[in-house]
Amino acid sequence: MLRLKNVRKVFQAGTVNEKVALAAINLEIPAGDFVTIIGSNGAGKSTLLNVIAGVYPVDAGRIYLDDQDVTGWAEHVRARLMGRVFQDPLLGTAASMTIEENLAMALRRGEKRRLRKGITAAERALFRERLAELGLGLENRLNDRVRLLSGGQRQALTLLMATLKKPQLLLLDEHTAALDPKTGEKVLDLTIRLVEEHRLTTLMVTHNLHQALRAGNRTLMMDEGQIILDVRDAERQRTTVHDLLALFEKRGVYSDKLLLANAP
Amino acid sequence: MLAFVGFLVSPLEQGLIYGMMALGVYLSFRVLNYADLTVDGSLPLGAAITASMIVAGHDPWLATLLAVLGGAVAGTATGLLHTQLRITPLLSGILTMTALYSINLRVMGRSNIPLLRADTIFNQAAALGLGERGASLILAAGTAALLIFLLYLFLETELGLAVRATGDNEQMIKSLGVNTDTTKVLGLALSNALVALSGSYVAQYQHFADVGMGIGTIIAGLASVIIGEVLFGSSSVWRALVAVVGGSFFYRLVIALVLWMGLQPTDLKLMTALLVVLALASPQLKQRLRLGASGS
Ligand SMILES: Nc1ncnc2c1ncn2[C@@H]1O[C@H](COP(=O)(O)OP(=O)(O)OP(=O)(O)O)[C@@H](O)[C@H]1O
Ligand SMILES: [Mg+2]
Repeated sequence: MLRLKNVRKVFQAGTVNEKVALAAINLEIPAGDFVTIIGSNGAGKSTLLNVIAGVYPVDAGRIYLDDQDVTGWAEHVRARLMGRVFQDPLLGTAASMTIEENLAMALRRGEKRRLRKGITAAERALFRERLAELGLGLENRLNDRVRLLSGGQRQALTLLMATLKKPQLLLLDEHTAALDPKTGEKVLDLTIRLVEEHRLTTLMVTHNLHQALRAGNRTLMMDEGQIILDVRDAERQRTTVHDLLALFEKRGVYSDKLLLANAP
Repeated sequence: MLAFVGFLVSPLEQGLIYGMMALGVYLSFRVLNYADLTVDGSLPLGAAITASMIVAGHDPWLATLLAVLGGAVAGTATGLLHTQLRITPLLSGILTMTALYSINLRVMGRSNIPLLRADTIFNQAAALGLGERGASLILAAGTAALLIFLLYLFLETELGLAVRATGDNEQMIKSLGVNTDTTKVLGLALSNALVALSGSYVAQYQHFADVGMGIGTIIAGLASVIIGEVLFGSSSVWRALVAVVGGSFFYRLVIALVLWMGLQPTDLKLMTALLVVLALASPQLKQRLRLGASGS
């Protein structure tokens, strides 16, 4: 369970460019929730995920994960509890290293690295098995450098890496946005499958309203650093893309990116 | 023919001994992606520690070991300047290098220590019955091979993978729970330990340590790394490491050749710079030649 209490994040405080990216966010996400997050450009979605991951400190408020106060934890310490996938497929993997090396590093997420063999034979077998489940043929390319993979393949690999060692929290920031629509849908299918299979508590940012309603059991809408909509389960099933668009229009935040992503 | 083989021996020995330095440069420059200029100071540091200890009557192997530790401390200093004080990689290296100039003078007590009839690791190896020439070559080759092997093993450990990922994609390895400050300091310490070891061997091989002997170390190291990549490739960690030492040999061979052809020793640095430019530009040059050939 993830809990945010009055979390506030201000960028460039005290300058003319001061920007309140998160204004007193209160949020409770019980274990097993799969939450999709939508909102216009600059609404604070990435900032929300980044303060949860500890990329930068908060200006006020506390963050709890499983009743531990993690507010003061450094990013690499929180990594023990969280798996992350970024928008840019290049950011999630080490390009000059092989597929198996990347997976081996992910398997040890949050653990102390020692002078032990980096990959064991048993792990190789596990990697092959898990890669085969992706259905991309990567199980036969363990020794290929990740540089050789396409964006979609890299993002699928990153997703596998983020979930290889079960995280308490999976953070996905527009992880399908940089892919072509067809590949994006495939990666989303994979996401849904992995989340269900491992019962992962998940936060997924997306600009695609269809995706936001298709995946998960709960949807948040953000605007100007605040959560302006929080629907779940039965109520969310009744919500349509049309409703969401209407809400955007009412707030006057109908952005170009949204329009593009959700054109009929 | 025999004369030619004789001509090869010296560049081979030098290539192996300076190859240890090039392995250090490979570690910082290629693996960590960190342009570390500390090496211009840590090579003479290794030489200075070794020479002054040998002159003081200590065992040369102990002197060599302490040189390695000295190099590791120098690398750690650079790493801490960067990770704790957020000084840029380039400047942090320059700062340590500059400080080391004074420190090396202090260690030596003067600007030059001759080791003419001193007890060195090479003499000790020769006394085992290997003969003077054989001892240098076997010791240099044995050490270089051992270092390549150990470095290979290290780069395939959990910790080694984390160090490599730090140079490749810092954000990614951080999100997998690695403190990249630690991996950077560790990598720089190892790198400069190798460079200081090389400096220690150089001093014992050429029978003197000089405070100015570090000038241009980084560029010689880069030349070796890049020439090695061009000539031997870098398709695996194993191959890349062997290529570095191979590149170092080739670099010393070119120097021996141009000196033999009558180039002034003072022009060597210019030649090295040109060689590095050539090696760096070779992928583009190749491409252009190919384009030119198919385009016309
Ligand atoms: N590192 C930073 N430094 C300064 N300002 C920042 C920083 N990161 C975000 N901001 C600002 O904070 C606000 C929220 O940004 P954030 O990236 O969270 O938006 P977002 O909802 O993810 O938008 P998008 O849909 O465009 O990704 C924006 O106004 C942005 O300019
Ligand atoms: Mg964003």
